[in-house]
Amino acid sequence: MPMFCRTPTALLAILLVAPTVAALDVNETRHLLDRAGFGADPDRLEALNTLDRAAAIDALLRPTQDSIELPDWSGDRPFMDQSAFEGLDEAERQTLRQARNREIQARRRDLKAWWYRQMLTSEAPLLERMTLFWHDHFSTELRQVGSPQLMLQQHLTLRQHALGNYAELLRAMATDPAMLIYLDGRRNHRAKPNENFARELLELFTLGEGQYEEADIQAAARALSGWTLDPVSGAARFRPARHDDGRKTFLDRTGHFGLDAVLAILLEQPRTAEFIVEKLWRELISPEPDPNEVVRLAAGFREGGYAIRPLLREMLLSEAFWDDANRGSLVKSPVELIVGTIRRFDLPTPHDRELLALGQRMGQNLFDPPDVAGWPGHTAWIDANRLLMREQFLRRATRDLADESALAGQPWAGLDEEVVRQWLWPVQGVPVLAAPLPDDDGELGVREALIEAILDPRYQLK
Amino acid sequence: MRRRDLIRGALLAGVLPGTLTAGTPLAPAPGPRPRTLVLLELKGGNDGLNTLVPFRDPNYARLRPRLALDSTSLLPLDDAAALHPALRPLMPAWDDGELAWLQNVGYPAPNRSHFRSMDIWETGSDATEVLATGWLTRSLPQGSNPGVPDVVILGGDEGPARGGGLEVISLQTPEQFVRAARQLQALEPPARGPDALAHLLAVRASIRQAGVEFQASIERLEEPPLAFPSTPLGRQLQQVARMLNAGMAIPVYKVRIGSFDTHSQQLTRHAALLTQLAEALAVFRATLKQTGDWDRVLVMSYSEFGRRAAENASAGTDHGAAAPHFALGGRVKGGLYGTAPDLTTLDRGDPVQTTDYRQLYATIAERWWRQPAPAFQTRFPVMEWI
Repeated sequence: MPMFCRTPTALLAILLVAPTVAALDVNETRHLLDRAGFGADPDRLEALNTLDRAAAIDALLRPTQDSIELPDWSGDRPFMDQSAFEGLDEAERQTLRQARNREIQARRRDLKAWWYRQMLTSEAPLLERMTLFWHDHFSTELRQVGSPQLMLQQHLTLRQHALGNYAELLRAMATDPAMLIYLDGRRNHRAKPNENFARELLELFTLGEGQYEEADIQAAARALSGWTLDPVSGAARFRPARHDDGRKTFLDRTGHFGLDAVLAILLEQPRTAEFIVEKLWRELISPEPDPNEVVRLAAGFREGGYAIRPLLREMLLSEAFWDDANRGSLVKSPVELIVGTIRRFDLPTPHDRELLALGQRMGQNLFDPPDVAGWPGHTAWIDANRLLMREQFLRRATRDLADESALAGQPWAGLDEEVVRQWLWPVQGVPVLAAPLPDDDGELGVREALIEAILDPRYQLK
Repeated sequence: MRRRDLIRGALLAGVLPGTLTAGTPLAPAPGPRPRTLVLLELKGGNDGLNTLVPFRDPNYARLRPRLALDSTSLLPLDDAAALHPALRPLMPAWDDGELAWLQNVGYPAPNRSHFRSMDIWETGSDATEVLATGWLTRSLPQGSNPGVPDVVILGGDEGPARGGGLEVISLQTPEQFVRAARQLQALEPPARGPDALAHLLAVRASIRQAGVEFQASIERLEEPPLAFPSTPLGRQLQQVARMLNAGMAIPVYKVRIGSFDTHSQQLTRHAALLTQLAEALAVFRATLKQTGDWDRVLVMSYSEFGRRAAENASAGTDHGAAAPHFALGGRVKGGLYGTAPDLTTLDRGDPVQTTDYRQLYATIAERWWRQPAPAFQTRFPVMEWI
């Protein structure tokens, strides 16, 4: 399906002639969309070309009427009906078990591929990126939760709040059914509290390690006790009989705290807002957050009641975001590399299994992060094994582009080498890395320029 | 030939200009073969009390009404300690005196965060100290085999080899690695650029170098004589055995088995993990005995922490502190080392460590590599199990 319907020359003309002084050039558009989307496909290069930074950022942040089609099993009950086993002999049970296992495996793949398809086609790439950011933050593993329905439900909650409000998102995650299973919240009983969720709530979701005592974790675990799941609907239920209503001392405050009180105390802490801002900084700006800027941005975030959009707007408009020194300082995640490459060049979408295998081999298995801390990211995306997988994928993409017909009618067909580099590389001005090829007649066509640019390591950075 | 034709031609051929050429062998197949350390990461925090069980201690049953293992099913090592029944495949190694249990290992002021505590274990730091380099990075003998990777990772991240200075390669199988490495184009690093670019180019350069070295050994890679279990750990150890047997002079391999974070329903999950562990190690040992490599191999386990002495309400255990670990190998002096956990004097619910984890590293350095112990804040005494 062709994504672009303009003539090649029109795009070229637009790229070469910026209509107003403040409008984004190719370099700036690439930077903004690599960091806050899945890269600049020709549609978006053109769409942002008439806008200045603030207007382009506002366009990215604008709420969309994003009605999405859910997988056909999304309305099914989250757990398998055990009563179907009644009255069966052992052979029949075995057959039923196998059939169900096949079905659940198929649904797990379906869920992952479904999200890839959203990202490949979405008109709101920042929403997808932020949903992925929160999935990584509130890391939950489908392989442990088991139910694709509950993971889809969690995903839709992340999506709903992705650009909304962190306090609301945190509250939703604290009683999210998949999370209650993953971090054992549903098993947290006043008789013997289970610390799993309480610990990660403090360490990974709000304050960060080293900001509290073991006693705070134990107090939080008691305060969070009593939440469980309805065995049929899978919905979260609060059961007062399982809850420890006693007095607790949590972060120097004492009271008969429950879930909401604990979250309110956590959200009052300046460290909570700083922790989130630092993580967003490493996602959007550079690997090393500027401490003064973090304090400033975090104060605004907390005082603004944890609204996410204004924070993102401020971060994307900040001097640090646009600073040349930070260009190319981040590593594209596997999902950014895969989805971005397919979108930028309008490549054919691989089959579901192939798509999932690509991400998995590069170290990013959607809905199945490695552990509760999510994907380590940044330079951890590049070890020997993963780098080889990334390069293999990129070489295959260039083979698709090497096909004559791939170029026909594409909007980039008329671009020159210099524009291609600005479109695809976050770092300009360092010497070309590739060993010079012999007998260069200086007449590189756009296809060769694209191939060279994609195979250059700079393409893997943002 | 014009540049674009070159690129096109290369694409059609599936290779790019500047690809790898054949190199010299990793090490001559006959001749001396270097000592090899296999680090086994038990990710998630292995429950020590249900691995090496103080089965005669009445506190054990008292603290774990649902999780205490039935003493008749256990595999006694002496009159106080017994192994989890799932570890039965390791008993031949114990009986042959090749399995050492290092009891109650940890560090003072234990941190109960997975990530922080693993950083402590992998960097060799105090609880209050943050180090950027791994303990291997600071202690592995340097430069004995130029061009050969120092550490090959088959599971997890570079962990104790972090921080630069070592050639670290991660791979799934050596053949797949060589195939992919052959496709990498030679690149000249730029004089300046972002750190992320420098990192990428450094990894690329190591791949090319290791690819050349591996290329020469690839023909000597054979399928092991015994079948490895088709589990994640079985597959990793199978590749280690193949590379060892092909004479690749790699000093350290790292393998990993998850997910020991058994906060709930621990009995079945833990038994399955220990089964996977013991079965894979038993085949690894038998294979290397057949190929004559067993005497030059040392396997050592590590994990971020043990688990809480008392069970929780979900038939699981929360994050704890000290735990037993093991060393396995042809030159290991089997037995029980250190002291059993004292279950009457718990610190915030956990046994207090009596063997500092850095003693394990000091022992490896001095007894295995015959090097001075790595630079830690304090000097840690060497143990007797090698």
